[in-house]
Amino acid sequence: MKFAVVVFPGSNCDHDAHYAAEHVLGQQAELIWHKDTSLGDADVVVLPGGFAHGDYLRTGAIARFSPIMQEVKRFAAAGGPVLGICNGFQVLLEAGLLPGAMLRNDSLHFRCEHVYVRVEQTDTPFTLSCDPQQMLRIPIAHGEGNYYADPDVVARLEKNRQVVFRYVDASGRATLDANPNGSVSSIAGICSEGRNVVGLMPHPERACELAVGSADGLALLESAVKAVTEGAFAASR
Amino acid sequence: MRARVFVTLKPSVFDPQGTTVAEALHTLGYAAVKDVRQGKYFELDIDAGSAEDATRVAAEAADKLLANPVIESYRIEVDR
Repeated sequence: MKFAVVVFPGSNCDHDAHYAAEHVLGQQAELIWHKDTSLGDADVVVLPGGFAHGDYLRTGAIARFSPIMQEVKRFAAAGGPVLGICNGFQVLLEAGLLPGAMLRNDSLHFRCEHVYVRVEQTDTPFTLSCDPQQMLRIPIAHGEGNYYADPDVVARLEKNRQVVFRYVDASGRATLDANPNGSVSSIAGICSEGRNVVGLMPHPERACELAVGSADGLALLESAVKAVTEGAFAASR
Repeated sequence: MRARVFVTLKPSVFDPQGTTVAEALHTLGYAAVKDVRQGKYFELDIDAGSAEDATRVAAEAADKLLANPVIESYRIEVDR
């Protein structure tokens, strides 16, 4: 199976995602320039972390006009698995593929550290291989990861079980102290109503080998492989 | 024509930058400053026949790009 990793001007985790898919998982992976107009025969699309278009105006605001985003929207509408990591999550929000918006971290600090997230939902293409409530220790690196949505939108996300990851402490509790950025309801990641589009602020692709401190992030990419090979989530072409 | 677009966070949205600026002003002795909301300011030079046309173009630009309606609202001023 094949991962497509979109490269925006200013992406800086594109090669991390490509490396994790190709070298750690042994799958095919292709970097796709944002001005390309085809995702080729990709089974999974990754929007990587970084600072697309310099984060000018708002994070992700300009990236949504990149030509490849029309294809990403089509792929998502057809049920294809799409993963937005950090800046990629911000792009998905600005593009309207996921609800809500990002605010500056409540501390105003750029937070770069390992955090714990709890897997709240396992029926998405990126959490299929996880256990319910499984805890993952993966890094964050962002200044604007303070997830916000109107209260009625948050209520809908909870009702539809679209909150996929929540920031927790080492014992699994979603406390204020364990929330690194002020996100409403400790939300670290969400999925679309169709469950095939997932966005999260932490970086699973940076936690795929024990040599870098944690391999917990591998579960997300392994889930994608399982989802595609078992036919649970695939774009109808 | 020149349109000025002021984008600010909605009142319901917490503005940590504005709060920090307010605290800094208090440190400087400006106790009279009760609150600060930080925003963005755009000047659009628009080729339009009337102030109404310029306002319409600026509003479309704000709706589609300059402001994110989830967290921000905007106000437009046009020179007459």
